[in-house]
Amino acid sequence: MALKDELGRWGESVAGDFLVANGYDVLDRGWRCSLGEIDIIAQIEHTVSFVEVKTRRSVRYGHPLEAITPAKLARLRTLAGEWCRVHRVHARRVRIDAIGIVGNGTAVDSLDHRIGVFE
Amino acid sequence: MTLGRTRSIALAGLSGHLVDIEADIASGLPALVLIGLPDASLGESKDRVRSAIANSGQTMPPTRVTINLSPASLPKQGSGFDLAIALAILAGTGDAPAESVARCVHLGELALDGRLRPIAGVLPAVVAARDAGIARIMVPAGNRAEAELVPGIEVLAVASLAHALRAHGADVAVPDVEVLSPPLDLESGPATRDLSDIVGQPEVVEALITAAAGGHHMFLLGPPGAGKTMVAERLVDVLPDLTPDESLEVTSIASLSRVANTSSLITRPPFVAPHHTATAVAIVGGGSGIIRPGAVSRASRGVLFLDEAPEFAVTVLDALRQPLESGEIEIHRAHHSARFPANVQLVLAANPCPCGKSGVADSVCVCTPDRRRRYLSRLSGPILDRIDIHVPVSRVARAQLFDTSAIRTTTAEARIRVAAARQVAAERWGPARPDSTELRAGRYRLPPTTVRSLDAALDRGALSMRGYDRVLRIAWTLADCDGVTNPTADHVGRALYLRQGVPA
Repeated sequence: MALKDELGRWGESVAGDFLVANGYDVLDRGWRCSLGEIDIIAQIEHTVSFVEVKTRRSVRYGHPLEAITPAKLARLRTLAGEWCRVHRVHARRVRIDAIGIVGNGTAVDSLDHRIGVFE
Repeated sequence: MTLGRTRSIALAGLSGHLVDIEADIASGLPALVLIGLPDASLGESKDRVRSAIANSGQTMPPTRVTINLSPASLPKQGSGFDLAIALAILAGTGDAPAESVARCVHLGELALDGRLRPIAGVLPAVVAARDAGIARIMVPAGNRAEAELVPGIEVLAVASLAHALRAHGADVAVPDVEVLSPPLDLESGPATRDLSDIVGQPEVVEALITAAAGGHHMFLLGPPGAGKTMVAERLVDVLPDLTPDESLEVTSIASLSRVANTSSLITRPPFVAPHHTATAVAIVGGGSGIIRPGAVSRASRGVLFLDEAPEFAVTVLDALRQPLESGEIEIHRAHHSARFPANVQLVLAANPCPCGKSGVADSVCVCTPDRRRRYLSRLSGPILDRIDIHVPVSRVARAQLFDTSAIRTTTAEARIRVAAARQVAAERWGPARPDSTELRAGRYRLPPTTVRSLDAALDRGALSMRGYDRVLRIAWTLADCDGVTNPTADHVGRALYLRQGVPA
């Protein structure tokens, strides 16, 4: 596995722990279909949240969240619908979140959780 | 604090409007959103601001930042808002002292490295800020001298965004940077031309002095090489220095037209000589997006010289009619309008015919009568009717050229005469110059014996009513030049000759 993929896996596990610690139930991780991948699907009360996780070692080339483009969010929106259809989940509310992590693979420098980023 | 505010100035023509700039640091994915009718160059401000903040050792907040420029309905152009936008963001994030930033007005374009570039129109913008009751304004270091021309407002000139933060009291490292200066003015120093260069045409020189004394428009008609351009250039030399108010107006227009190294007020009247291919917009001003002053405004309080006048497009010449009458021009576009001064002394020059040989000794004109007639008729009646002094300029013979005994008026002498004449006029008229009716039929009506020749010309139909009034004005100017209180029949006769010197 490439170094950057390793960092990404680590980031996703950090994000998962963070969500659990904040009262979310993690329903699924790294769910794939032909359209792409959703990093984390988590639920809190009646809301199902589809979370995109971005991890970087430093902010020298910009904040990790800056790498989440409108095109990516639009794809995530489609994927969310697909996941709900496949899993026959009829959530009362659906949301798209983003988590940006800066860290070196062992220690977390910063973690940003942005709620409801798809407009 | 998640909301940063500051202010800047949006210019529409010479008048400036205070613009409130708010930066809301919200939650959400990193984005910089600019709202409030920005044009393309202002829209690009986002990318300049982002880079400048990063390269000044500050951090752009990794969230959604919304910049609002209000009043939202006022169209805003140009790069002069960069500094204000950057400081509003940094005030929002707490990196800049919000209180100090909010009170100050900011002007300036940011370079990607965080330095400030000088911008055009600083002078009218600073004047607008002062008139709006603003106590301090921050400008690029390259515009310092220009901004400091305006009294009654504290000017902070800064070289970079880091300097700006420091000036507001933020604890930041200020790197030593080279100040970005506007391009140097390559205008030549004092003109070497003199009125005494005009040889063998004393009547032309006299007409020029009369025109300068009374601010009369001039029409020079003569064959190529007779010295029409020479005369026009020397007219501006003979005009007196600008008054302080005029000086500010002329410098403001110059500041608006380009980014220049304006370190002092312009005190000499401008001379603008557009080529005859100029469009109506180039002459009267306009343009989409930002409305720019045209040649008639850049020449305001000075001389607008149209060489080869019949070669100008008829629509261009006719567009001048209204500004010549009112002394200002208001340009309207779909979204906004701008008013510029257009107080020019117009000088037109033309050849007598397309080949230029008509009426010249020892040469034969090859133009057909019809062609000749059509050539000068391109100068429409209405525009020629507004020109007071019509002067025939003829070619100079060799004997005159080398005649050193003839007395020639120098620019210095002429300027003294013009100043004296204007002094006489100012003392007589006081602050309010009489309008045409007062000269014709009111308080300043001349006795019938004096204006007999003029009445006769009007009866013959040789003069229009406007022409009649104009001749009266020239007669008063001629009297001023002679230091006489009231024009005599001789003055009226000479005025009539000046008016009709060229059979139009």
